[in-house]
Amino acid sequence: MTTHNDDNADPVRRDFMVLAGSTFAGVGAAASLWPFIDQMNPDAGAQALASIEVDLEPIQEGQAVTILWRGKPVFIRHRKAEEIKAALDVQLSDLIDDKARNDDLPPEDPATDLNRVKKGQEKWLVLIGICTHFGCIPKGQRLGDSKGEFDGWFCPCHGSHYDTSGRIRKGPAPRNMEVPPYKFVSDSKIKIG
Amino acid sequence: MAHHESTYNPQGRWAKWWDERLPVARLMNTQFVEFPTPRNLNYLWTFGGILTFCLVAQLATGIVLAMHYQPSGAEAFDSVDTIRRDVNYGWLISKLHAVGASMFFVAVYIHLFRGLYYGSYKAPREILWILGVFILLAMMATAFMGYALPWGQMSFWAVTVITNLFSSLDSIIPGLGTSIVEWLWGGYAVTGKTLTRFYSLHYLLPFVLTGLVVLHIWALHVVGQSNPTGLEIKTKADAVPMYPYAVSKDAFALFAFLLLFMWFVFFAPDYLGHADNYKPADALVTPSHIVPEWYFLPFYAILRAIPEKLLGVLAMFGSIAVLLFVPWLDRCRTVRSARYRPVYKWFFWLLVFTCMALGYLGAKPAEGVYVFWARIFTAYYFIHFLLVLPILGLIETTKKPPASIAESVLGDVASADPSKAS
Repeated sequence: MTTHNDDNADPVRRDFMVLAGSTFAGVGAAASLWPFIDQMNPDAGAQALASIEVDLEPIQEGQAVTILWRGKPVFIRHRKAEEIKAALDVQLSDLIDDKARNDDLPPEDPATDLNRVKKGQEKWLVLIGICTHFGCIPKGQRLGDSKGEFDGWFCPCHGSHYDTSGRIRKGPAPRNMEVPPYKFVSDSKIKIG
Repeated sequence: MAHHESTYNPQGRWAKWWDERLPVARLMNTQFVEFPTPRNLNYLWTFGGILTFCLVAQLATGIVLAMHYQPSGAEAFDSVDTIRRDVNYGWLISKLHAVGASMFFVAVYIHLFRGLYYGSYKAPREILWILGVFILLAMMATAFMGYALPWGQMSFWAVTVITNLFSSLDSIIPGLGTSIVEWLWGGYAVTGKTLTRFYSLHYLLPFVLTGLVVLHIWALHVVGQSNPTGLEIKTKADAVPMYPYAVSKDAFALFAFLLLFMWFVFFAPDYLGHADNYKPADALVTPSHIVPEWYFLPFYAILRAIPEKLLGVLAMFGSIAVLLFVPWLDRCRTVRSARYRPVYKWFFWLLVFTCMALGYLGAKPAEGVYVFWARIFTAYYFIHFLLVLPILGLIETTKKPPASIAESVLGDVASADPSKAS
C-alpha cells in the first residue's frame, strides 16, 4: 500500500522538478545566446553619430552632388524654379506614400514638398540617396543620367521613379526617399547629422 | 531497404576484430555495395552521385581558396585577383570553385525536375523530398554568400539588394525589417564588416549542407530509390546490387558531366559570371543593370513581377516553400510516375518551360513587355503547384503501369518461358 502511494505522489513531484529544471535551463540557454546574436549589430564605431558639413556655394542651379554620410550616399540637388513648382503642384492623393519621411519632422506629417525641405531654402533638396525598394542608388545625379518619368530620380534596378521632391511616384519602392536630419549653419552651408 | 539482411562476411582476423567494434565496413557493404537498386534506372538517376561529387569538389576547392583569400573590404577584391594571377594553380582552383557552383545548380535542378516528373516525392518519400528542398535552400544561401566574396560591383549590389529583401518586413511592423537588415550588415550600410561575416557563414554553411545530405542519403536508403515506373521493388528480379551496376552507370554519367564542367573551366571560365564583377565594389554607384547569377534568375523574375515590395518577397520565398508541400498537393494516388499520367506530362513540360522563361525574363530589364510576361509565368508557376497538381490528381485517367519493375524491362516474364526471357 505504501509503495503504491509513493508511486502516485512521486510522479507529480518529479514532473514539477523536470518542468522547473528545464525552464531554468531554457531561460539560461536563451540568455546566453543573446551575446552571440547582438555581436552582429552595428558596433560602437558604426553607431557613433558622425556629422558632416557641406558647403553649398559651388553647386549651381540644376546641379547635384552626392556625399557620403554614415556610409550612405546623400543627394543634394539645387532645384530649378520649374522643378520646385512641379513638386508643389502634386496633390497628396497622387502620391504612393503620403508621409513626409523627414527625420526632422514628426513621422505622421504629410509629404508636401514644403515638408521635404527647409523653410526659406526650398531650392535645396537633401535626401538619403538610397532607393527604398532594395537599396540601390537611383540615377539622376549626373548630367545625362535618366531622371525617370517625373524628372527626379530613376532606380534602374527594378524601375522606381521619384519626382523632384524625391517622392516615389511609380514602381515597386514603398516609401519616399528619406530626408536626413540636417540644418543650415549659414545661408550656404548645411550640417548633416 | 535498409532492413534487408547484411550478407557481409568479414575476411580474416583484422576485419573480424573491427566488425565487432565499429562495423563501418559492414555498413558500407550493406548500403553501397549490395544495396538493392531498381534495375530500370535511367541516366536521370545518376545526378545524386554527381551532386555528391559536386559537394565534395566545392569543399575541397573552397578550403584551398580560403588559404589565400583575404576577407576584408580593403583586400578582398585584390586577393581574388592575386589568387587568379599569382598563386600556383590559383587560376585553376578558383575557376573550379566558381564554375563548380554553377554546375552544382545545373545538377540539382535536373535532379529536382526528375523528382517532379517521376513523382519521386510521393509516399513513402516525403521526408526524403523535404530534406531535398532544405538542401536546395542551404545551397542557395551558400552560393549567395560565396558570390559576395570577390567584392566586385555585382557582389556588393547583390548583397545590398538581397539583404534589403528583409526590409520589406517594415510594412508589417515598422522598424523590424530595418533592424534585421542592420543586424545582417553590422552597420547602416553594406561594408567590409558585412563581407567578413558572409565569409564566416560561407565556410559554415557547407557543413550544414553536408549534414543535410547525410540525412537525405539516409532517408533514401530507408525507403529505397524510386525509378521510372514508380513501382516498388517487390522481388529479387526487380533489383540489381548497387555495385557494380549502379556505381558504373553513375561513374559514366559523372565523366560525361565533367566534360561539360571542364569545358567551362578551361575554355570559358568567365562565361557564367558577369563583367561588372571585375570592377571593385563601389558604394556610390549601382551598375545600370544588375542581375543575379543565372541559377537565381527565375526567382528574381518572380520577385520583380509583383509591384508590391512585401508581396514580391513573399512570392519569391513562396516559390521555393511551395515545393515542401508537393507530396500533399499532388492528389494522384494511383500511380507515381508521369509515364502513366498522359495529361500531367504536358503540364510538367509547361512548368519546365515556365521556369526557363522566368530565367530569361529575370535577366531582362524590369519594364514593359518583360514585366507582363514575367507576371503571366509567375502566375502559372503557382497555378501549377496550387491548382493543377491537386485537381489533376483527382480527375486524370491514368494508364496502367506494368505489374513489376522486372516486367517493364524484360516484358511479361511470368507467363513467358523463363529460358527465353534472358
